[in-house]
Amino acid sequence: MQPDFQEVWVYLSASPLTALTVTLVAYLIGDWLYQRSGRMPILNPVLIAVILITLGLTVSGIDYWTYFEGAQFVHFLLGPATVALAVPVAKLLKTMKGGFLALFTALACGSVTAAVSAVVIADLMNASTQTVMSLAPKSVTTPIAMGISERIGGLPSLTAVCVIMTGVIGAILGPYVLNAARITSWDARGFAMGVAAHGIGTARAIQINKDAGAFASLAVGLNGLATAALIPVSGDLAMWWIGTS
Amino acid sequence: MLVALTQLLVCQLLGEVMARAFDLAIPGPVIGMGLLLCILLYRESVPESLSQTANGILAHLSLLFVPAGVGVVAHLAILGNEWQAILGSLIGSTVITVLVTGWVLQKMHRRKNDAT
Repeated sequence: MQPDFQEVWVYLSASPLTALTVTLVAYLIGDWLYQRSGRMPILNPVLIAVILITLGLTVSGIDYWTYFEGAQFVHFLLGPATVALAVPVAKLLKTMKGGFLALFTALACGSVTAAVSAVVIADLMNASTQTVMSLAPKSVTTPIAMGISERIGGLPSLTAVCVIMTGVIGAILGPYVLNAARITSWDARGFAMGVAAHGIGTARAIQINKDAGAFASLAVGLNGLATAALIPVSGDLAMWWIGTS
Repeated sequence: MLVALTQLLVCQLLGEVMARAFDLAIPGPVIGMGLLLCILLYRESVPESLSQTANGILAHLSLLFVPAGVGVVAHLAILGNEWQAILGSLIGSTVITVLVTGWVLQKMHRRKNDAT
């Protein structure tokens, strides 16, 4: 009997099993390359996985939403993972004695800088209003950023892409920038990576140093809370900037 | 592990319910994180099972971003038209934010350490 490849293909292209398997395999390939290269920042596992899957979808002609329907089981775990950030944060806060003022000042400065600089640069480079709004929450972790983007008139799925790109850029450039600026303490390095490059920056910080990782987790959690609280203000500010320029 | 996973989901669910019931701007999982943080800070220590499960999920945190990242294919048109502005904004803003945050924290910690 001749195997019916047509039928197999119809099953494979629509089954969540394929999307899930492809996502995990692409990520494992990315992680393998990353480890083999001696953890070269440019070979970020997320970046490699996204490129591989994007190529696969383009070549096979499967559209993104069909893929996402299956891969959403992985995407769903972002929720519990966000809640799980409370664990390293709680451990860190229990061992910390003072120094909270410095943390909150750095958080406020970083959080505002991230949103304002993204909006100003994009607007100066003539991006459309919708794109500018999609860029504003780019330093916050994905689920939070998508919610904010929707509220201030951005495109949530474009925001998700910008958030991932920010994370990858931060993970790649962050350590070089910190070295160049002679920022040497692990708490400052980790916290800066977490505020600027959320979970992907944190994943990189965790690999480099345990303290840096804990401070990065703390930054992701606090930055999410801070930015979510600042949404109405930041949205109005961004509109004001676009209106005046 | 099963208990810990349930604890995480319960916190997220409570967060989602609160976000919708009170029409809050803060997303559900972030409220869930706040709830769990309050509970853990109130307790003497973090339960071992919860600690292990959380570390397990967070160790592969970057994998969870892949499906959203592939969304790039759905926006190739916008990215094609505005890629200079988007890339310029992302790189510029990320570098500035890393610098400002790291610099402020290191400066303030130094000052405190110098004073003591």
